[in-house]
Amino acid sequence: MLHIYCPYCEEMREEEEFSYSGEAHIARPLDPESLTDAEWGDYVFFRTNPRGLHHEMWNHAVGCRRYFNVTRNTHTYEIYETYKMGEQPTVTGGKS
Amino acid sequence: MSQHNRLAQGGRIDRNQPLSFTWNGKQYQGYQGDTLASAMLANGIKVVGRSFKYSRARGIFGHGAEEANALMQLGVGKETIPNPRATQIELFDGLTASATNGWPNADFDLMEWVGKIGGKMMPPGFYYKTFMWPEKMWMTYEKFIRKAAGYGKASLEADPDTYDKMNRHCDVMIVGAGPAGLAAALEAGRTGKRVILADEQNEFGGSLLASGQTINDQPAVEWAEAAAAELAAMENVICLPRTTVFGYYDHNFLGALERRTDHQGMTAQSGTRQRIHRIRAHQVVLATGAIERPLVFANNDLPGVMLSGSVATYVNRYGVVPGNRCVVMTTNDSGYQTALDIVAAGRTVVAIVDVRHNPEGRLVDAAREAGITVKPGHAIIEAKGNKQVTDAMVAPIDIEGDKVTGQPMSMSCDLIAVAGGWSPVVHLSCHTGSRPQWNDEVAAFVPGPTLQQQHLAGAIDGEYSTAGALTAGAQMGAKAAASEVHNQYDCGDESICPAQAMYLVPHTKPVSRAPKQFVDFQNDVTAAGIELANREGFESIEHVKRYTAMGFGTDQGKTGNINGMAITAKNLGKTIAETGTTIFRPAYTPVTFGAIGGRDIGELLDPARHTAMHSWHLDNGALFENVGQWKRPWYYPKAGESMQQTLNRECMAVRRSVGMVDASTLGKIDIQGKDAREFLNRVYTNAFSKLAPGKCRYGLMLKEDGMVFDDGVTACLGDNHFLMTTTTGGAAGVMSWLEMWLQTEWPELEVYLTSVTDHWATCSFSGPNARKVLEKLCDDVDLSAEAFKFMDWREGTVAGIKARIFRISFTGELAYEVNVPANQGLHMWQQIMAAGEEFDITPYGTETMHVLRAEKGYIIVGQDTDGSLTPQDCGMHWVVGKNKEFSFLGKRSFTRPDTSRDDRKHLVGLKPTDPTVVIPEGSQIVADPTQPIPMDMLGHVTSSYWSECLGHGIALGTVKAGHHKTGDTVYFPLADGRVLAAEICSPVFYDPKGERHHD
Amino acid sequence: MKKYSGFSLFKHSLKHHEDWQKAWRSPRPKKSYDVIIVGGGGHGLATAYYLAKEHGITNIAVVEKGYLGGGNTARNTTIVRSNYLWDEASKLYDHALDLWYGLSQDLNYNVMFSSRGVMNLGHNLQDMRDIERRVNANRLNGIDAAVLNTQEVKEIVPIINDSQDIRYPVLGASWQKTGGVARHDAVAWGFARGADQLGVDLIQQCEVTDIVVEQGAVTGVQTNQGFIGAKKVACVTAGNSGVVAAMAGIRLPLESHPLQALVSEPIKPIIDTVVMSNAVHAYVSQSDKGDLVIGAGIDSYNGYGQRGSFHVVEHTLSAICELFPMFSRVRMNRAWGGVVDTCPDACPIISKTRVDGLYFNCGWGTGGFKATPGSGHVFAHTVAHDEPHPLAKPFTIDRFNTGHLIDEHGAAGVAH
Repeated sequence: MLHIYCPYCEEMREEEEFSYSGEAHIARPLDPESLTDAEWGDYVFFRTNPRGLHHEMWNHAVGCRRYFNVTRNTHTYEIYETYKMGEQPTVTGGKS
Repeated sequence: MSQHNRLAQGGRIDRNQPLSFTWNGKQYQGYQGDTLASAMLANGIKVVGRSFKYSRARGIFGHGAEEANALMQLGVGKETIPNPRATQIELFDGLTASATNGWPNADFDLMEWVGKIGGKMMPPGFYYKTFMWPEKMWMTYEKFIRKAAGYGKASLEADPDTYDKMNRHCDVMIVGAGPAGLAAALEAGRTGKRVILADEQNEFGGSLLASGQTINDQPAVEWAEAAAAELAAMENVICLPRTTVFGYYDHNFLGALERRTDHQGMTAQSGTRQRIHRIRAHQVVLATGAIERPLVFANNDLPGVMLSGSVATYVNRYGVVPGNRCVVMTTNDSGYQTALDIVAAGRTVVAIVDVRHNPEGRLVDAAREAGITVKPGHAIIEAKGNKQVTDAMVAPIDIEGDKVTGQPMSMSCDLIAVAGGWSPVVHLSCHTGSRPQWNDEVAAFVPGPTLQQQHLAGAIDGEYSTAGALTAGAQMGAKAAASEVHNQYDCGDESICPAQAMYLVPHTKPVSRAPKQFVDFQNDVTAAGIELANREGFESIEHVKRYTAMGFGTDQGKTGNINGMAITAKNLGKTIAETGTTIFRPAYTPVTFGAIGGRDIGELLDPARHTAMHSWHLDNGALFENVGQWKRPWYYPKAGESMQQTLNRECMAVRRSVGMVDASTLGKIDIQGKDAREFLNRVYTNAFSKLAPGKCRYGLMLKEDGMVFDDGVTACLGDNHFLMTTTTGGAAGVMSWLEMWLQTEWPELEVYLTSVTDHWATCSFSGPNARKVLEKLCDDVDLSAEAFKFMDWREGTVAGIKARIFRISFTGELAYEVNVPANQGLHMWQQIMAAGEEFDITPYGTETMHVLRAEKGYIIVGQDTDGSLTPQDCGMHWVVGKNKEFSFLGKRSFTRPDTSRDDRKHLVGLKPTDPTVVIPEGSQIVADPTQPIPMDMLGHVTSSYWSECLGHGIALGTVKAGHHKTGDTVYFPLADGRVLAAEICSPVFYDPKGERHHD
Repeated sequence: MKKYSGFSLFKHSLKHHEDWQKAWRSPRPKKSYDVIIVGGGGHGLATAYYLAKEHGITNIAVVEKGYLGGGNTARNTTIVRSNYLWDEASKLYDHALDLWYGLSQDLNYNVMFSSRGVMNLGHNLQDMRDIERRVNANRLNGIDAAVLNTQEVKEIVPIINDSQDIRYPVLGASWQKTGGVARHDAVAWGFARGADQLGVDLIQQCEVTDIVVEQGAVTGVQTNQGFIGAKKVACVTAGNSGVVAAMAGIRLPLESHPLQALVSEPIKPIIDTVVMSNAVHAYVSQSDKGDLVIGAGIDSYNGYGQRGSFHVVEHTLSAICELFPMFSRVRMNRAWGGVVDTCPDACPIISKTRVDGLYFNCGWGTGGFKATPGSGHVFAHTVAHDEPHPLAKPFTIDRFNTGHLIDEHGAAGVAH
């Protein structure tokens, strides 16, 4: 069970308070109509899914209801950092 | 013959409190403080069960979690519990237990002969090699295999007990209250930090409770008692005896099962039987100790063969000597202590058989001084006896322990105590993915590196001396509490002679031909079986485990695994480190399902949500439908009515006069902010730019794949203020969806979302007389058709309550939805019912609502759609904005090759050819009913009802290219052989021009 | 290779089982192969077996980073059924079900396929509509399926809680009596032994570290045992597919999640079929050994750790105790996790790629075990002919660009 720091509540809280929301930093294309089907399909369906360092979004669903980012190792489940929406991760290198 | 193995004195039992218990139908006596196992041994009970595969007689072997044989059927009837170990059952008065296997009983088991005769044909994996012919027979073979397998029986009645959970947070969690754990807790406790100390036994002390040692010149038992008392007095320390930490999860989360009443009786007299503590700890100290390893020799499974440390525990802690004439086999000094304890109890030690050729030192000398025969360089290569040990065959072995070097001699005995060394209890440390590492120095696996904030203290780390464990415990307790060590420990001379690593004891015959040498008692895995697995190419330790079932038992290989790994390593010419270990998974010992479920059963499995008018619905005979978490009135049958009659009555009331449905469950989201309109434009398919205050608009929501995922009406409350409604089941999902876009993608939009579903109660009444009803209750709103149009909303006073009135319709009739604050909902409902009485206002439920909307061709998302339909597929082009500036969510997907096909499945109306027929929902649709199976299916019926006002059945369904097939006849081949037919038509069956709701 | 039979067991027992041959060889990798299959789980081994048996390609290596059948093959709840909703999926799974029948005989290895029936419960009116729809579709596709009402459910599973007053009352079920369970390890071992007999090299402890592509075509794989050349490389690596695909510069629409399961202690036979409930995320059957085998819901987050979060298990056991109140006093022996590669439409990818000679078979999510023989069979065809097997055609990667998804989420919620 993960123990997650909500950067808005500024507290460690139980995983059960949060809901997972998939890979982070996937920007919606500004002009979808100009994309090829493949580009659009990539945006909608394709994810990096790494074994190791992963930037992902969580929602503090039964807390402040804010979305935020987590840098987590998908193999060891270690959480390196959590950061607010709009911020960039500081942990980006290395693999499990 | 009562308790003839009980010592007259000593042990932590209360001889003044006799307890009676029943084993296999016969009554016996034990004492307060006994486990069932110690009481059984006191009474000389030898055979406690039969083995899984060969039906061999088995006796009590250990004294705790490691016990593999003594699985009980505890209690009877609805209280019964299958498979608890006798060694972990605290005796209580009136306890009833029986063996789980054996026919007619465990002592005299006819299946034994099947094992004896057929056993040779049942090596590991034999079932993979046979039972294949004829194919159909497998189900019969399987029936017999299943019957023979399994241990105890589950009750067939509901559990009379309740269970609960407690969330705990602490600075230092200490698992195990033996010497290391107690020492750790004392250090951590004195810092004032929040400490939890848990131990699976009824009292703290672990090995100290059966020890004759001293700690700082105090008898070990007294030291343990004092330490436990000191800890109990500390307010910052929570002591949890009878509590097994069964799982260690990520980020220092631990699950612990507390057995609150199991020592008092089969069921809890009050409160909960068991409790799971869900512990989140900053630091964890694992002081879980070590489990003694048996040695693998021929017939080592005979009742009377026991772990040496367990024998000592029975003697010292329970005042029970499990035999009169004991042969001890040992690879280390601990067997000597057991021998000394037995002698001190006044029983005979025939010999200490030491596999080491030159044992020497303190304990060896003590044994010799006590007059015990020591046989260095010897081993018990075989036990003899029928259902209990009568002889030990002792032979000299070479210095490596690989070969028998001389003639075996027979030693008459009724007890063999085996000391094969120690295996640290690494289980918990493995649960978070850490792999144990082989440590040659202690000849054992110790916990490997981990990411958890975890510390190891004592035997788990290979530190087997008492002083060493205490000191390590103190260090780790202090470290975990970020403090300095306070206490020092001295236990006198604990010097030992080095142990010899030994696993499989050689026999005069090769492994494949020697009598069975058991590695895993519970699954009847033998050394020969492992050898065969290796021979057949199962070389990975995981393969060995899976092929032989080694370690798959309820003891999870606590005693057998290391021996099995060592035997595999030797067979493959590898080291144990190279062979590696399998991974231990939770639970350390089995955990009651009910405890894991906790209170979240029955009503609490998932909360049921009730509207403000729920009591009225109940009083008026509503039957309910579960929609999401909500209980919605399904229909309101009157006495003597069939469901269809009720629906007909409810439907006609709406069509002819007026009816009312509780629409409070629809999701409601309050949307405010200067960019609210822009936001709606982005998330809905249609435009909201020009929706004026006082107006409402229906909207469709798509996922980015272009598929419909929710719908609802949104009202403009003010220029920057909207109220969105969603489907009942989809409300929470829509809210999260909208928040996600706002927060992650469009933070520049100034929009605020608030879920107000529970804030409002909604009375939705429709029918030609709806306005007349409202007129009676509301006089501050001009309700005329010209002033208050369809898709308008007004604020007004209804029955004296300030309300929002929406003129929207899901029935096709003139309709109003009156929204009032939820706690006035019941009052409002009653007032409307009273006002409508003269019009025979009729409450209706979801089923009638479905009929009425289907007559109008209105979709229900989730029933008529399934995540694979676009708005166009639903025939709802009208709700898709063509000229919106922003490429709304899902829009881009419309132009993908598959989404833009015009022969996709389309939602259409279906009018049965036979007007009396109602096509079953879920029927598949075909063009040619004579086609043989497999048939080409065009789509399916999503909604289907009897329409009383139209006098025929109606249905909605999806049909391939259905929008181009209006007028075609399609068919529905039913399971009962009937084939129904219908004509594809417009989904709008009733009032196609929409005149009624505009009136 | 000696045939397994009761007679051979008897003969060997006279010789103290000292003469059994290896079930498969442990060869050193050759310099190159016609086909390298990456991943020695059930699907990979089945692919090798059918390539050799039906397509005459025997110069094959299966490379496995750990031990054969050590991934999800070893960690699932062994359910076999084919009553999927959409034509494409149900036909693929039913092809597999056909192969399950007779598989033990074909492989001369008893995989203990037990056709004891699989039941999917419905708890609300929409569940029942979906069940009717699915069963009708199955029936017209020639797939065994029926709808049961509450009473019929109770007759087949007498211990089920059929009270209508509970939070999730059992309103009925879909019932595939030809479905069942199988012995998961035996499936891997049976295919392994079969493939080995046909000349396939099974290379364990051989981890692929790179897929070598030259001029748009695959030429082999780099492994911890060196480079192994290949004309074709077929990847069947389940939860690790995304990682393997990345080696060839390919992205897949997959997310790998923990999926947990657990077993009780062995008890005497008490439930004779497979009972599944998607609504409460729980399913249960009883193994031949007596364990109640219980599957939990999927963990929400991406994870390769072969373990999930405790609350998922708690939720599942609440549901199990609700459906079977007598199981409350039974005890959980062991819980574990697998890594499932989930696709956005809950359907697999069986596909060529833009790299010539590189194929992927993945995305089986929570439902891979039941497909094992069928998956291997159609993938072998796809690899052999460089052209999808007709049943595999709808399952190409392209569908995520064209929009031609086969959305099994539709009626299934969780498609176990």
